[in-house]
Amino acid sequence: MLLEIKNLNVGFSTPDGEIKAVRGLDLALERGEALGIVGESGSGKSQSVLALMGLLAANARVSGSAKLAGQGSQKDGQKDGQKDGQKDGQNGAIELIGADARTLRRVRGARIAMIFQDPMTALNPHLRVATQMVETLRAHRGLRRRAAMKTAIEMLEAVRIPDASRRIKYYPHQFSGGMRQRVMIAMALSCEPELLIADEPTTALDVTVQDEILELIAELRRRTHTALLLITHDLGVVAGTCDRALVMRDGGCVERGPVERIFEAPETDYTRTLLAAVPRLDG
Amino acid sequence: MAAKKQGRLAAAVADHSRGWSLFARKRDKLEAAAGRSLGRDAWRRLQANKAAMASIAVLVLIVIAVIIGPWLSPNNYFSQDYNQIWTPPTLAHGHIFGTDSVGRDLFVRTMIGGRISLLVGIVATIVSLLIGVAYGATAGFAGGRVDGLMMRTVDILYALPFMFFVILLVVFFGQNLFLMFAAIGAVSWLDMARIVRGQTLTIKQQPYIEAARMAGASGPAIVIRHVVPNLLGLVIVYVTLTIPQVILFGSFLSYLGLGVQEPLTSWGALINDGTGEMGRAPWLLFIPSLFLAVTLFCFNFIGDGLRDALDPKDR
Repeated sequence: MLLEIKNLNVGFSTPDGEIKAVRGLDLALERGEALGIVGESGSGKSQSVLALMGLLAANARVSGSAKLAGQGSQKDGQKDGQKDGQKDGQNGAIELIGADARTLRRVRGARIAMIFQDPMTALNPHLRVATQMVETLRAHRGLRRRAAMKTAIEMLEAVRIPDASRRIKYYPHQFSGGMRQRVMIAMALSCEPELLIADEPTTALDVTVQDEILELIAELRRRTHTALLLITHDLGVVAGTCDRALVMRDGGCVERGPVERIFEAPETDYTRTLLAAVPRLDG
Repeated sequence: MAAKKQGRLAAAVADHSRGWSLFARKRDKLEAAAGRSLGRDAWRRLQANKAAMASIAVLVLIVIAVIIGPWLSPNNYFSQDYNQIWTPPTLAHGHIFGTDSVGRDLFVRTMIGGRISLLVGIVATIVSLLIGVAYGATAGFAGGRVDGLMMRTVDILYALPFMFFVILLVVFFGQNLFLMFAAIGAVSWLDMARIVRGQTLTIKQQPYIEAARMAGASGPAIVIRHVVPNLLGLVIVYVTLTIPQVILFGSFLSYLGLGVQEPLTSWGALINDGTGEMGRAPWLLFIPSLFLAVTLFCFNFIGDGLRDALDPKDR
């Protein structure tokens, strides 16, 4: 078990009273597994993930538990908890909800990485891609500048950016939307995270590019054995990429199960409605 | 006839292909310049702005004149010559801008005054830049109660009557140049802090800040690495608009007699002297005023040009 979320609640206190965004969400994710979280706008899918990362707005209230398994168990289940002197809980698991800033900073980027919705704005326009990638690598993997640069170029090649060693010196505005999303993926995966969170990674892209990006994520995931949390409102995206799916509505889980089962035999009316809402070529 | 026509055609083709190869070379050069930065883009756009480029040229000339002018002249700024009082601008005796009521050479005095005025403008602006950016970015990024406390402090300082403050300083510490730097810098950072804080609030909402946080960057690292560089465009524009403001302010203080002390002078002090003798010796008023006005115009045009050049909408 890589990630276990239990009874997660997220509320926002507003002048009009408390708004509940997520109500008692339970979720479990195995290592290397891909889980799709589907739901309409406002169903709480993004907020639950942001809560996980401690990135919610200041007026948010979070309760519940989200445990990230200890690092050691990836390769060797026996040595858990002893190597790194991890203090919390059994197996050196880290509680993410309510964790202090230092703990969160160590997890962010290094163990859990995230791809954002809009690649046009998620890169700092004033820094070269090389600078942004190298800094992340140096901070989390302790690489020296030259080694970090080499890794960064390799990552760009892995996301199939042609002429990577030259393009890495470009500024974000010199890339197209699809290429920027590739750069984001390269950055996210460069620190070899155990979990990749993709928050609607293809919404801002046009359809042909969407397909390329999804394929790229799937391929890299197979190669690196990274777990994936894919947030989307597009069931088609889930079908192509994920092993299991979780349907959310009004902050709670409506239905969960293997992707094939959900598509072939949806258990609830809401899921059936969602499925019916997907436009089809054959009417 | 036909041969001539053919010759012309060949020439045209040659012209055309030369044009093409020129274009191709230029294109290759552009492509080869990997990593076209926003700064370089802005500089190219600024070059297209004639008023800004002319202003830069004029300003450079003024700065050079102010620096080397006093050395080139046979006169100095403090020697009085009672045989040469109120000499109108003339080439004789080397008094090209004329002399004042005690026979001091106006050319050298204008250049020396320019040194002081520009120095005041630049030093006070740097002071306001450093304090204002640090303060504003911190307040804006911290947000919440810290922001409220910091910005209300600015509001309170803003409410203090500035002239009163300067007069008090002068009374207590006497007139000197450093006092003027300190006084002007201490006041002009307030505007900078407000502007920077406002912009920081916008930048803070940008997805790349969230992305940086998500990559595990700490608060101070985000401010230094992601917020401040993105403030630069705005700050540069504001600096070019602050410098003339500060120069004007320095001149204003000198005009009131609170600035530099005789025989040292500034443009404001010269203009002040000139107004008293406007009827008898108008050049004493017009020449320093001209220098001050041209300098202020230049800074404003450059600021305008930079604002257009750095406009994010053109990116």
